[in-house]
Amino acid sequence: MSKSEQQQARTIDRVNTTLAQRYGRERRFRRFGFFAVVLGLAFVGVMFLSIIGKGYSAFQQTRILLDIEFTESVIDPSGERDPAVLSSANYSALIKNSLRALYPEVKDRKEKRELYGIVSNGAALILRAKVMADPTLLGSQAQLWLPADDDIDMLVKGYIDRTVVQSERRVKDNVIAWIEKLESEQKIGKFFNTTFLTGGDSREPELAGIGGAVMGSLYTLIVTLLLSFPIGVAAAVYLEEFAPRNRWTDLVEVNINNLAAVPSIVFGLLGLAVFINFFGLPRSAPLVGGMVLTLMTLPTIIIASRAALKAVPPSIREAALGVGASKMQTVFHHVLPLSMPGMLTGTIIGMAQALGETAPLLMIGMVAFIVDIPGSAMDPATVLPVQIFLWADSPERAFLEKTSAAIMVLLGFLIVMNVLAVILRKRFERRW
Amino acid sequence: MLSVTPNTAGVVTLPKGLVGAGFAPVADESRAINGTVGDITAVDPRMTARNVNVYYGDKLAINDVSLDIGKNEVIAMIGPSGCGKSTFLRCLNRMNDTIDICRVEGEIKLDEQNIYDSSLDVVPLRAQVGMVFQKPNPFPKSIYDNVAYGPRIHGLTSSKSELDDIVEESLLKAGLWDEVKDRLAETGTGLSGGQQQRLCIARTIAVAPEVILMDEPCSALDPIATARVEELIDELREQFTIAIVTHSMQQAARVSQRTAYFHLGQLVEVGKTDDIFTNPRHGLTEDYITGRFG
Ligand SMILES: Nc1ncnc2c1ncn2[C@@H]1O[C@H](COP(=O)(O)OP(=O)(O)OP(=O)(O)O)[C@@H](O)[C@H]1O
Ligand SMILES: [Mg+2]
Repeated sequence: MSKSEQQQARTIDRVNTTLAQRYGRERRFRRFGFFAVVLGLAFVGVMFLSIIGKGYSAFQQTRILLDIEFTESVIDPSGERDPAVLSSANYSALIKNSLRALYPEVKDRKEKRELYGIVSNGAALILRAKVMADPTLLGSQAQLWLPADDDIDMLVKGYIDRTVVQSERRVKDNVIAWIEKLESEQKIGKFFNTTFLTGGDSREPELAGIGGAVMGSLYTLIVTLLLSFPIGVAAAVYLEEFAPRNRWTDLVEVNINNLAAVPSIVFGLLGLAVFINFFGLPRSAPLVGGMVLTLMTLPTIIIASRAALKAVPPSIREAALGVGASKMQTVFHHVLPLSMPGMLTGTIIGMAQALGETAPLLMIGMVAFIVDIPGSAMDPATVLPVQIFLWADSPERAFLEKTSAAIMVLLGFLIVMNVLAVILRKRFERRW
Repeated sequence: MLSVTPNTAGVVTLPKGLVGAGFAPVADESRAINGTVGDITAVDPRMTARNVNVYYGDKLAINDVSLDIGKNEVIAMIGPSGCGKSTFLRCLNRMNDTIDICRVEGEIKLDEQNIYDSSLDVVPLRAQVGMVFQKPNPFPKSIYDNVAYGPRIHGLTSSKSELDDIVEESLLKAGLWDEVKDRLAETGTGLSGGQQQRLCIARTIAVAPEVILMDEPCSALDPIATARVEELIDELREQFTIAIVTHSMQQAARVSQRTAYFHLGQLVEVGKTDDIFTNPRHGLTEDYITGRFG
């Protein structure tokens, strides 16, 4: 055996002795990683289950079938069909009449008030809308499914235990008797809750909807995106490609990194002081909200965009410069398209943060109770997370399911945004 | 002027901060560098470099190099790895501007115009002095767009068919046409390494520069493609000026009229290619071309 052969044999032996150990380490690491993923998924699963379990019923609304008589003498005694008269008429009287006809045995004043309470206040508004849209209804009779009060809604959905003693129950025995009568006649039922998706906020849980907050979030995010993406990308491109490397740009860089770590409520204070108090922009407006969130997301977008620009191989820049492209052409024809996927990822992360942000928006008044659905970025509005916060704070049992449902809508929003990001990335991604 | 001085024992003392591959100084006076041996001038110079120093930070990478690059000639630059061939070549179209820490001193003229003049615009300079890089670097775009990019940004064509012609001609000259003519829309980065390099050559000649700098253009090519590129260089010489860095002595001998030998950032010897390869005057040049070094 020659010397080199001996050497070789020894190497193989050594490799073999450590091999088992090396594979063991690898196996342990893989198991650990797998466990981590499973744990993460389990948390997400529990969270989703609990939210969906609590929230799904908010997408259903309990309604009561009532015989409504559009009595002309109540709504429009003069018979002129004047819209002003029609709109201010006493529609709840129609509902009360109908309920009295349904339960003729109810005579007592207090009991009558309880009886009227089983139908939502919003039912009168529905009748008004119907009559305003079609005044010929007056004088006719119709069977209508009208929303029940939130306590009745909870009772029908099974959140109120009918067996506990009356004093510990929000719905009294006599009311339960009326509802049971309705149930036996199949005059009460659950319907898909369009009000929840399209309506604005309300003090009455059965009338409260997420529509206002969704629109508010949408306007706020559009403002944020329109401001932060161009500004962020321009800043990143300037800093990375054009700015001279000196003390000033170092200072700017350090500050951008620091800004990313500033608590978001500080940006809210800044927005209050500058945008609202100094520039006199309207309070509670998505425009101001978007501007404040722009301040907050800019560092994220700039940092991600700079990293994306740095990742473009310098050889591509040299290739473009080598055939005589100007700096600007090099950046816009080659570097920017290649870094676009990274920039978009950064932007989506920033937008997702902005979507979930509450604190800075509280500072600029987007926490107000707003019933109307905003029609533009200048109208007072609230946003999804603030709406969740407001509902979570409300004492009514019915708001609990609204809160969970609103979280579901927020998560849906996030999922849509992420899918959009993936699609955009795929579109821009190139091989090199 | 020279920072390398032989001491009494004849041992070369290296100047502090000179960068380069480690090598053992040979205790022989014929291997001391005492300025450039040979004639640095060309009969009809296109570019002239005088007393060029290049620093990376405070490391000296090119030490006092003066060299002419003549019209219609191919000059080959040879030398051991890390001796500064690429660095010098990149000075000639100011490609070193892109490296923050790189600083160039001295004077480099293109047709009597100092290219390091502060008033000079690098965009037309680089359109005139094209470059093929050491590593193939096609754009992650289609083959067609790779070649068409230069003519497009310089507005060299007025119609699509003219551009098509330039693309075809450039790819033909680079010896790539037959392989890619059916897939011009495919991405250039999907080609093999050698094909990519020929694509880069096509991209450079599509702009029709007057001077072409080639940094080891054939290091990734097979003998057939190499022969094709060498043929191309021969053709281009009739109109253009070419400076080529190469590690292949045979290639230098085949394509060039003049050869410059670099060593540790200095230009050791320059002269007619035939003379350099048959009758090197400097000891270091002789070591290198006879294979005793590098
Ligand atoms: N960007 C840079 N930053 C710092 N030093 C550099 C840089 N580029 C080159 N150098 C140094 O300059 C010296 C010359 O490098 P250069 O690339 O010019 O060598 P070369 O002759 O082209 O070598 P090769 O034949 O291996 O390509 C080397 O010592 C290298 O370390
Ligand atoms: Mg090189």
